[in-house]
Amino acid sequence: MDLRYSESDELFRDELRVWLKSALLSLGPVPQREDWDERVRFDTEWQKKLFDAGYAGMNWPREYGGRDASPSEQMIFLEETTRARAPYVGVNFVGTLHAGPTLVAEGTDKQKAEHLPRILSGEEIWCQCFSEPGAGSDLAGLSTRAVRDGDDYIVSGRKTWCSFGHVGEFGELLVRTDPNARKHRGITWLILPMNLPGIEVRPIETLLGSSEFCEVFLDDVRVPAENRVGEENDGWRVTNVTLAFERGTAFVTEMIDALQMAEDLAPSVVDKSERRELAHVVAELDALWALTKRNVSQAAQRGAPGPGAMMLKLAYSQVRERLGEICMRVLDRRAFDIHDFLVEERLRTLSLPIAAGTSQIQRNIIGERLLNLPKERPWLLESK
Amino acid sequence: MNFDLSADQEDLRDGIRALCAGRFTSERVRLGFDQEMHKELSDAGVFSLRTDGFSWADSSIAFQELGRVLVPGPLVWTHLANGAAGCEGIVTGVESWPDQSEAVASGEHRVMVEFGAQADTVLGLSNEGVVCFDAEAVRRAPQIDWPLDPLTPVSVLDKFPVGELFLGPDAAAQWRLGGAVLTSAYQVGMAQACVEIATSYALARDQFDRPIGSFQAIKHLLADMAVRAEVARAAVDAAAVTLDDLLTQDSAILSEVVRPVAGARVLAGEAALANAKGSLQVHGGMGFTWEMDVHLYLKRAWMLNTVFGTPTQHADFLAATLTTTSS
Repeated sequence: MDLRYSESDELFRDELRVWLKSALLSLGPVPQREDWDERVRFDTEWQKKLFDAGYAGMNWPREYGGRDASPSEQMIFLEETTRARAPYVGVNFVGTLHAGPTLVAEGTDKQKAEHLPRILSGEEIWCQCFSEPGAGSDLAGLSTRAVRDGDDYIVSGRKTWCSFGHVGEFGELLVRTDPNARKHRGITWLILPMNLPGIEVRPIETLLGSSEFCEVFLDDVRVPAENRVGEENDGWRVTNVTLAFERGTAFVTEMIDALQMAEDLAPSVVDKSERRELAHVVAELDALWALTKRNVSQAAQRGAPGPGAMMLKLAYSQVRERLGEICMRVLDRRAFDIHDFLVEERLRTLSLPIAAGTSQIQRNIIGERLLNLPKERPWLLESK
Repeated sequence: MNFDLSADQEDLRDGIRALCAGRFTSERVRLGFDQEMHKELSDAGVFSLRTDGFSWADSSIAFQELGRVLVPGPLVWTHLANGAAGCEGIVTGVESWPDQSEAVASGEHRVMVEFGAQADTVLGLSNEGVVCFDAEAVRRAPQIDWPLDPLTPVSVLDKFPVGELFLGPDAAAQWRLGGAVLTSAYQVGMAQACVEIATSYALARDQFDRPIGSFQAIKHLLADMAVRAEVARAAVDAAAVTLDDLLTQDSAILSEVVRPVAGARVLAGEAALANAKGSLQVHGGMGFTWEMDVHLYLKRAWMLNTVFGTPTQHADFLAATLTTTSS
C-alpha cells in the first residue's frame, strides 16, 4: 500500500495546475440554473478545453481521444480540478460518465468511432432514457416496446427521470425486445438519436423549481438496428456495466467537492457538538476518498475494482445528507433564500439516495452480491 | 500510488489469519490472556514487526487479523514498547493518572490498568514523554472481580506509584498516534468479523420457512455493517500508510498525520461498536446469551473506545485541524 505520488506524477500535477489557472481565467461566469442555452454553451466550452488540452476521458483509451492515464494521474486530476474549483461535468454527465464508458466496454467499433471522440470534445450531449413510470427501482420491469422491422426497431413507450432529456442529442435507451422472456432476459440497449420523428420531450419540474429531468414519449419511433449496443435481449447485462460505472466512479468528483465544501464550512461551525459532527463527516469523506484510491488501484492491478466500488454511492449519499443538514443549521435563517449555493445544494442532494438506484436497492445489491444473501422473493425472478 | 495490498502484505495477512485460525479458536480466546499466549504471539513476531523492518501499514494489517478473532492481551502497548530499553515481557500502560498532589486534593484518584496483574512493565504517556512505573506495585493491586469484558482483567489502584521518565515527548506523541492506529486496526478487524459472523447466522437461521438473511430488514442491516467496516478499513489503512510516510521525518510534520489518524479512530471506534450491536440484533435472543461470542465483541468495542484517545477526543482533534487550515 502506497499513497505517495512519484516525481513524474508531481510533474503532471504542476502542468495541470498551470493549465487550469489559465483555462479557468478564460472561462465566463457560471450560468443560472434555468438558463439552459447558456448552461449547454458553458459546459460544452469547458469540455472542449479539457479535450484540446488532453485532459478529457482520463481513463479512456487513447484511440478514442482519451488519455489512458495511470491511477495516480486520475487521482491528481480529480484533486486539482476540485482545488481549482473547475466546473462540474454538467450536461456532459451522461456522455462522459455513463453512456461513454458503456460504449467503451460494449460498443461496436463503428459506434465507438462515431460517438466517443465527439462525447469527449463536448460536441455530443447525451441523456438517459432508462426509468419508466412503471419501472423505477424495478428497472428490469420496463415495458417500452421495440419491434424489429427490417433494419429498424419500432419503439413505443414512455420514459421518465431522463437526465438532460431536453438538451441531449442522443439517449441511452432501454427497450423490451422479447415480451415472453423472463424480464431480465428480454431487454435491449439502444442508442436513440433524439431528433427522430415520434419523440416528444417534456421537462419535469423538480422540488428545486427547475427542470433537471424530463419525460420522453416515444410513438412508433424508428431506431436503426445498427444502434443496438450489445446483443438483442442482452441489454440487462449491458445496463449493469453502465450502472456499475455510475455507482463506482460517477460520484467521485461530487465527493471531493463535498470535502471542499465541508472544509470551507468549518470556520462557520462554532458549536462544539456540531464541530464534532462536521469532523465525523470529514473523516468519512476522507475515508471514501481513500476507498476510491483503493478501487482505482485495484481496477488497474486486477482488472476490476473490489467490493468498495459497490459501496461508494450508498456511503456517499449518507454522509452527504449529514453534511447538508449541518449546512442548513449553520445557515439558519439565511437558508430562506434558495439562491444561496448551499441551500440549492441541500435541495439538489435530496436526489442522491434515490437516483441511480435508491439506497435501499444499493443495500439489496451489497447484501445479495457481496454477502451472498438470498433474494427476499425469489419467485419473482421466475415470473416475468 | 497503489493503495492495494502488496503481495507481501497479502502473505502477511494470510499468515496471521492462519495463525489465528490454528491457535486462537473461540474456545482458547475465551480462556483469556496468559503467558503462553504472549509467548506464541511474540514468537510469531507480532510485537517485533516494526523493529524487524516491517511498516506501520504492515502492523496495522496484522492487528486487523488479531481483532477479527478477538485475541486478548495488552497487544498494542507490548507492540509499541518493543525494542525500548527495559520494556521486557508483557507491557501494559495508562494514558492518564493523577499526580500525587492532585490526587490528594481531589480525593478522586482511582486508576484502572488493563492486564495490570500480568504485566512485566507498566508505562504511561504524558506531555513530558513516556513514563515507566513500578510494575510490582501495579501487579499487587486488587482486580475488579467481574470486569465488563471478561477477557480484559482490570487492576484498580487507589494510589498510583510515581513514574520515571524514560523517553521524550516526541516518542510519546508517536506512541499516541501509533497506538491510535493499531487500536483502530484491531477494531476494524472486529467490525469485519461481526459482519461475517452475523451473515453466517442470517444464512443458517430459518424463520417463516426461509433464511432470515433473505429479509430486507436483516439484509439492509448487514449491508450497512459491511459498508461501515469497509469504509473504516480504508481510513485505517490510509492512516497507517501516512504514519509510515511522515512519522520518520521531523516532528513538525506530525500535524499532517493528525487528520488521517483521528479520522481512522473515529470511524473504527464507531464501526466496532455499531457492528457488534448490529450482530447482536441479527442473532436475536441468542445474541443476548453468554454462549455466543457476540457480547465479547461489543464489550471489547466499549473498552477499546477508551484507549489512545476516545473517538470523541479524536473528533475534536480533527475539527481543530480544519480550523487551522481554513483560517
